[in-house]
Amino acid sequence: MISLSPPSEIRPPLTEVRSSLWRDAWHRLKKNRLAVIGGALLAGLTMLCIAGPWFLRMSYQEQNLDLGASAPSAAHWLGTDTLGRDLFVRLLYGGRISLGVGLCATFVALTIGVIYGAIAGYLGGKIDATMMRLVDIIYALPFTIFVILLMVFFGRNIILLFVAIGAVEWLTMARIVRSQIMALKKMEFIEAARSLGLSNTRIIFRHLLPNALGPIIVYTTLTIPAVMLLEAFLSFLGLGVQPPMSSWGTLIKDGAEKMEEFPWLLIFPGSIFSLTLFSLNFLGDGLRDALDVRGAQD
Amino acid sequence: MFRFIFRRLLQVIPVLFIIITATFFMVRFVPGGPFTAEKAIPPEILRNIEAHYGLDQPLGRQYLSYLGKIAHGDLGPSFKYSNRSVNEIIADKLPVSLELGALSLACALSVGLTLGVLAAVRRNSGLDYLASSLGMLGICVPTFVLGPLLVLFFAIHLGWVNASGWYTATDRVLPALTLGLVYAAYIMRLTRAGMLEVLHQDYIRTARAKGASEFRIITRHALRGGLLPVVSFLGPATAGILTGSFIIETIFQIPGLGREFVNSAFNRDYTLVLGTVMLYAGLIVVLNLATDVVQVWLNPKLKFA
Repeated sequence: MISLSPPSEIRPPLTEVRSSLWRDAWHRLKKNRLAVIGGALLAGLTMLCIAGPWFLRMSYQEQNLDLGASAPSAAHWLGTDTLGRDLFVRLLYGGRISLGVGLCATFVALTIGVIYGAIAGYLGGKIDATMMRLVDIIYALPFTIFVILLMVFFGRNIILLFVAIGAVEWLTMARIVRSQIMALKKMEFIEAARSLGLSNTRIIFRHLLPNALGPIIVYTTLTIPAVMLLEAFLSFLGLGVQPPMSSWGTLIKDGAEKMEEFPWLLIFPGSIFSLTLFSLNFLGDGLRDALDVRGAQD
Repeated sequence: MFRFIFRRLLQVIPVLFIIITATFFMVRFVPGGPFTAEKAIPPEILRNIEAHYGLDQPLGRQYLSYLGKIAHGDLGPSFKYSNRSVNEIIADKLPVSLELGALSLACALSVGLTLGVLAAVRRNSGLDYLASSLGMLGICVPTFVLGPLLVLFFAIHLGWVNASGWYTATDRVLPALTLGLVYAAYIMRLTRAGMLEVLHQDYIRTARAKGASEFRIITRHALRGGLLPVVSFLGPATAGILTGSFIIETIFQIPGLGREFVNSAFNRDYTLVLGTVMLYAGLIVVLNLATDVVQVWLNPKLKFA
């Protein structure tokens, strides 16, 4: 298809080339089978977690102490935990929290981190120094105390958890984007863009960031699991999700403690967590390849 | 370069000052104090204890006297461990965390960099898929699962090492592996992404055209640019590894600083919170400076600004 495209002299005006870049990327993404499967699995899991609980008669806190921990059966597809609660239902409810925190906090971190890092890296000098020292300061502030303070002032609230996690996760993203931008802005095509008189905003968003997408997408796919696990850590400290509510992180943690006697309590939450992350990763790699203009030509 | 480093080191002072100030007031705004106990202490005695530690003074004066003390290198007494100063606690626990951190980092870097470079160079080969899957597995499997799994297999079934503790050399193996493999996975993913970004570029083609060997192209030319994302990740990550991990230290019963870091916040051990935060902040600032220096060293087009 690429060989059929017209030679560069008679290319259509710039705006159309740009829109066709995104269309090309979409085409390339659709051809990447792993990425499509990953995306479909993610969409399916999300829908299942959102809609699933509406169709189930059991609730996540319904106990059956006589039953106790039971292996998977027809009545309880994925077995029950030590209190006789249905693991499948708890996984679905947990998925709402984990996918929610993973996607929301990562989105916050991605937006702030990319814009902040790009501005610091592009402008350089004193502005960069001040912005990056602020990042150092936020890095060093004690996270546990920050979360406790938030809880004290705003009460226990799951949205707060998202905000708190997003507020720390953007820092590394900002540093990664900054280092990429600093390296890219010295390259010839940016000098060319500047000599054409393009505005700084346009150079950053149209020319620099698209070229730094690889590390950004990869670090994003790394942030989502990190965020979900951070939530489990906070819940373990009593600052996150409280029982009887569950999240994938807390289910995995509880499962890890009982993995010798009741292995299914670790295997099922662990598998669904891994499945989600693998799908995300394949989708991320597919996106990276689809948007990589240079890579597409060889 | 030395002027750059010197100027940046000067900036450490205001940065640390802001961090100390913010943390000092943050911990004080959290309800409860170091002497809030399950069994209530009679109010008169509580007042005496607080007067002994100067906690009855106005907050502003406490802040100033604290600043005066740390200017002399005295981090104050701990409020939770009787008769121990924060200096002693840190001197006691930091070496343990540093040792574990250094071992984990060595493991993470050797595994992560090797696999990352190999995966990028042999992109979309069986090796790449294997390395990438291992990397994803390392990220999916949290330390609180990997740790117990390793203990179950190597300590309980095979009996090669102790399940927990920090006495013999072999006690270091499992905790260092558990902590190191997680970071190895991150480093592997970031190295692969960074290398892929670089391997398309013209200067690599130039190097190939002039007949440089593939090994030389990768080690001398591609790695320079490909390591950028890893380097910026490593600054804060190293500070985190070296100051200890709460989860690892809990699983393996290691007397490190990571647990103090978290517990001090719950105990409202004000001085210990501030002491550990200061240590961590110092490491963050110095390591981020180090990564900035390494970045300029890796990229000949950048200059020390």
